[in-house]
Amino acid sequence: MIDRTVLKEHFVKWVLVAFALSSLLFLFLIFIFILAEGLPLFLKVGVNKIIFGMKWAPTKGHFGIFPMIISSFLVTVGALIVGAPLGLSCAIYLSEYAGKRARMLLKPAIELLAGIPSVVFGFLGVIYIVPLVRNYLGGSGFSLISTSLVLGVMILPTIISISFDALVSVPRTYREGSAAMGATKWQTIYKVIIPTAKSGILASFILGMGRAIGETMAVIMIAGNALRIPTSILDPLRTLTGNIALELAYATGDHRLGLFSTGVVLMLIIMILNYIANFGIKRKIAK
Amino acid sequence: MRVNPRIINRLVRMGLNVQAFFTVGILIIIVAIIFFKGFPHTNFAFIFSFPEDMGREGGIFPSIVGTVQLALLSILLATPLGLGTAIFLTEYTKESLFTKFIRFGVESLAGIPSILYGLFGFIFFVIKLKMGWSLLAGVLTMTIMILPTIIRTSEEAIRAVPRQLRIVSYSLSASKWETIKKVVIPAAIPGILTGIMLSIGRAVGETAAIIFTMGSSLRLPLSIMDSGRTMAVHFYILAREGISMEKAYGTAVVLVLSILLINVLAYYIMNKAIARYS
Repeated sequence: MIDRTVLKEHFVKWVLVAFALSSLLFLFLIFIFILAEGLPLFLKVGVNKIIFGMKWAPTKGHFGIFPMIISSFLVTVGALIVGAPLGLSCAIYLSEYAGKRARMLLKPAIELLAGIPSVVFGFLGVIYIVPLVRNYLGGSGFSLISTSLVLGVMILPTIISISFDALVSVPRTYREGSAAMGATKWQTIYKVIIPTAKSGILASFILGMGRAIGETMAVIMIAGNALRIPTSILDPLRTLTGNIALELAYATGDHRLGLFSTGVVLMLIIMILNYIANFGIKRKIAK
Repeated sequence: MRVNPRIINRLVRMGLNVQAFFTVGILIIIVAIIFFKGFPHTNFAFIFSFPEDMGREGGIFPSIVGTVQLALLSILLATPLGLGTAIFLTEYTKESLFTKFIRFGVESLAGIPSILYGLFGFIFFVIKLKMGWSLLAGVLTMTIMILPTIIRTSEEAIRAVPRQLRIVSYSLSASKWETIKKVVIPAAIPGILTGIMLSIGRAVGETAAIIFTMGSSLRLPLSIMDSGRTMAVHFYILAREGISMEKAYGTAVVLVLSILLINVLAYYIMNKAIARYS
């Protein structure tokens, strides 16, 4: 009888170990299968011709994704210009100024904003932001600036919640010390709290960038998807994610491999961003 | 000129106030637009009838069924896996190199954008494992996507269960697994449920990963090998191909309303759970 209980305990433990390993297994599979499909073309066509190639005509043997890399970078920076100041302000308001009631209202609202599907953002962008840009700034409206505006709103929840966590984790004693020296609340925030929470805030920006660069559905609806480097904020552009989503459904042969090569580049960028963000967060905790 | 810091303080406070409520304003505007434009096209018949002419006429019944199937089946697979992982991480090990590896895996999965899940699901499930565009391929892809959420929320919920409960259980000569099964998990249920609800919300709203794995057939999926479309995919196709703006708004109402309800419920359960042990 006792043996059976012991046996069962062991059995359960090993099942749980297997479950825990599943996440690693899935990560490994994703990594391997995207690399296995994406790398052959790098060897066949050449890394330079893909990463720095200007022309994407996969059925004619041109696999250049340089304009898309630049475009992805531009919309990400654009999203950050829109989202970072607004997000950080919200986080500061929530952690330092908001009363209990305002916090009770604002925090869930921001969490809910995170739940709105990206297709809905894309749709509203097409219906409202694109015409606005077309009418007041010119161009077709499907542009870098429209995409940045919508992405900027979409990354707000990420920036707000992670910055907020960084700000509230600043010890109370810091605030009290600053107040004791006669500093106003804003002086305390500006000179004490923000510098202390700096790495967490930076991490929130980088994770926001990660979200923006990985965003797909909203981007293909608003960006216009043109295959060149945009020269003004009113030009249309195509991102790495957009390239995959637009063509995967019908691509075959080398064309499909080219989309996986695009995926490899995207994966690499995301990994670098995540690494930087985690490094930032870890440093914050080490303090 | 030196401005009185008190005045700056007050100005900043006002500015931050405005920005915070601007953010909430965005949410309210989004929901308001969808509802005002969409409600005239949403009714009982719209929800329970089949689409005709690619969605130009008729309703969205098959896409609602497809969404429910996708969400429930992925939860069914991801919950045991995720909960098991969380139990292992909290109850069976101390922090070590091994747990660091697992945490690294979970964090990395959470950071992968959905289009890469779409690429992976497409090449692995749809092509290599020959599932074709099917509910099964969609469910398996979605299971991996929601796993990190379930693991994180379950882990937090289990950690919040007070030590005393476990000690009492052991003192009654219960084994470790009995303690977990009969004491720890029941006490952590609200937190675990929050993770499940958030994951359902994610599955309902996902498009990029689903369109390349589950496909976009308008028929009612009757077996797990059938292709089907979720509401989000249906909405995307209606809007992007300009099939029908009215039907797109109508679909958006059902889509956004269900996600909002699911998430509100999730946070309601979470607040209850927090109140329980603090």
